Amino acid sequence: MKYDHILIRYGEISTKKRNRKIFVDRLKSHIKRALKDFESIQVEADRDRMYVYLNGTPHEEVVKRIHGIFGIQSFSPAFKIEKDAEAMKESILRYGESLKGRFTTFKISARRADKEFSYSTDEINHMLGGHLLRNLEGIKVDVKNPDLNIRVEVRQEAVFVTGEVIPGAGGLPVGSAGRAMLMLSGGIDSPVAGFLSLKRGIELECIHFHSPPFTSERSKQKVVDLTEKLSKVCGSIKLHVVPFTAIQELIQKQIPENYTMTSTRRLMLKVADRIRERNDGLAIITGESLGQVASQTLNSMYAINEVTATPVLRPLITMDKTEIMDIARDIETLDISNRPYEDCCTVFTPSNPKTKPKREKVNFYESFVDFESLIEEAVDNTEILTISAASSAEEDSGLF
Amino acid sequence: MIYFDNSATTKPYREVIESFVKVSEDYFGNPSSLHGLGANAEKLLSQARKQIAGLLSVKEAEVFFTSGGTEGNNIAIKGSVLSRSGRGKHIITTEIEHASVRAACEQLEAEFGFEVTFLKPDRDGKISPKDLKEALREDTILVSVMHVNNEVGSIQPIEDIGAILKEYPNALFHVDHVQGAGKIPLNLKNSGIDLCTLSAHKFHGLKGTGIIFIKEGIRLFPLFSGGSQESGIRSGTENVAGAVSVAKALRMVTEDRNSNNRLKEVNSYLRESLDAINGIEINSPAEAVSHILNFSLPGIKSEVFVHALEERNIYVSTTSACSSRKKSVSKTVYSMFDSEERAESTVRISLSYQNTLQEARAVVQAIAETVSKLKSVMR
Repeated sequence: MKYDHILIRYGEISTKKRNRKIFVDRLKSHIKRALKDFESIQVEADRDRMYVYLNGTPHEEVVKRIHGIFGIQSFSPAFKIEKDAEAMKESILRYGESLKGRFTTFKISARRADKEFSYSTDEINHMLGGHLLRNLEGIKVDVKNPDLNIRVEVRQEAVFVTGEVIPGAGGLPVGSAGRAMLMLSGGIDSPVAGFLSLKRGIELECIHFHSPPFTSERSKQKVVDLTEKLSKVCGSIKLHVVPFTAIQELIQKQIPENYTMTSTRRLMLKVADRIRERNDGLAIITGESLGQVASQTLNSMYAINEVTATPVLRPLITMDKTEIMDIARDIETLDISNRPYEDCCTVFTPSNPKTKPKREKVNFYESFVDFESLIEEAVDNTEILTISAASSAEEDSGLF
Repeated sequence: MIYFDNSATTKPYREVIESFVKVSEDYFGNPSSLHGLGANAEKLLSQARKQIAGLLSVKEAEVFFTSGGTEGNNIAIKGSVLSRSGRGKHIITTEIEHASVRAACEQLEAEFGFEVTFLKPDRDGKISPKDLKEALREDTILVSVMHVNNEVGSIQPIEDIGAILKEYPNALFHVDHVQGAGKIPLNLKNSGIDLCTLSAHKFHGLKGTGIIFIKEGIRLFPLFSGGSQESGIRSGTENVAGAVSVAKALRMVTEDRNSNNRLKEVNSYLRESLDAINGIEINSPAEAVSHILNFSLPGIKSEVFVHALEERNIYVSTTSACSSRKKSVSKTVYSMFDSEERAESTVRISLSYQNTLQEARAVVQAIAETVSKLKSVMR
């Protein structure tokens, strides 16, 4: 089938009232960016729908790209027919054939914007429906709940037809919900937390703690690769790489072993909060899931979260590991996360971390040490990388 | 020089050689080393894998580097049947496979107690899906069919075979894609292919480099024991420079394929002109690939003919380069036509995207003159 345009339905945006224009503009810019290498494509938006005019571009690749964009409830490829009964019958039949096996019941819903057209809506419905029934086997009409509702709209310039409704990625347009910082370790959970945050419209920046020589370049590369996967959704993502060695060494020296993990998390959160502040973020996101490890018990969270009043969002808090892994597989981060390098969370793990740390105790232990200057230093020396799906491919491009 | 022997091997792209040299010099670390030099080499290796996966539309974890077609075919065939011998002992392949497939199957039959059915092609050099269906058994564990035949260029019905094999989950499907890669698109995912072999020097890469596609979830018995590189499929320190050069060659040949439509024109010119020469019988079927044209010169020894053309600085082959030293008749042509005279006197012209119509004209003229000269001498 040769399609004329793709009709996009907004989903949740349409419940928004006053700031609807902002949402729609965001979505439009995301769609334009995803399709920017197709020169002839035009995107137009109105209050309720968006239209991607193909102007000859094959629709398959366009459909594939639109599929991953948040803020779209569903979309339908549409084709154009000249205003002639025979041409309409022929095109509808070809369309029905192209969807063969994917529907058994259908109906035709005609609308006439052009009232001069020589057939009434009922006549169009009968003419086209009858033609399909006569020529395709194994289908029947169901006007109440059809598998396929073929909408035929007669306008001044031509007849437009849509039928198949393809579900979109849902969610809200990325960037429409404000900026937040994701603590990205390299494990399985944090990229999934990032993905779900993007889905709800958050503009994401990532923070990674790097402790050379305890963690290697490979573990940093892992995080760069994970960020790159996430950036596919939104174009590009800033990655803050925090030099964390000095703080970690001081913790090992000063804090009793069973409290090192709690202190480490508190300091990471403090550093992350400082970076958030400098970059005008509104929240911190983590991949924590309740009870998964010692640092993710409620007691631990209570002790760790004490260091900040900034909202800490935990999209995975109620999810099981298997559910998280399923999403990680879908968004292609699982294989990257499974690479076997030490990261900031694993290398200093004490053999017996407290699962029920106490606020008073950890505050007491930390009171003997001045972390403040180290925190400032870490934040000042943080390396900021801008990662986009294209940038890493361009690296060493001469070689490939 | 006119090089018309591109199915024997191709001239590497200059850019491919440059990448190989640069990686060998600047990124010589062992990818398994823990230090940064190792990490950089590993990064290049995974970037190469990623690029190849993209070009073949498969997953990164399904791409493995090998030393080329022969190794790839051996790993695929022996590796799969040796890990599945508990499920059956029957292998199906064709009479017109490359020696690395045929000999591997024969060895499995002679030494390891497997049973092999060799399917015979029709006069178009194609095997029929119907014959395959009849040959399939409950205990068939592997079907190995080449995509493009190396001698006559016939294209096998890979998708049809894949569809048939859907009903035989016991049987893995291996495709020798060495002559098709970069020339005839093959959809690995939709064709039901489990294992697929490519060799880079056939698409302007370097000798000693190649790829094998192994569908996710398939276990192979490793032929090499060692440090478990390439997920244990192919132990031995990775050839990083080679891997990068394969990725580049595959990208470049794919671009050439998408932008070049001259090949078809050159082929039809050759086919028509050679067909008109008295004493030449075209062996390649009409619907064969554009880059291979095989013909026979009954009454003329093809070896003499090849040398006669060589004097004019034109390079072609008798049969496939790998078996031509054995002085055997062309197995493929013999299988197709059951004629020894025809199979003894085969000549293969094989083209690359770089060849031109002008070269083809010169070659046709040279062939016409050589044929008439040799005919008068040899009679």
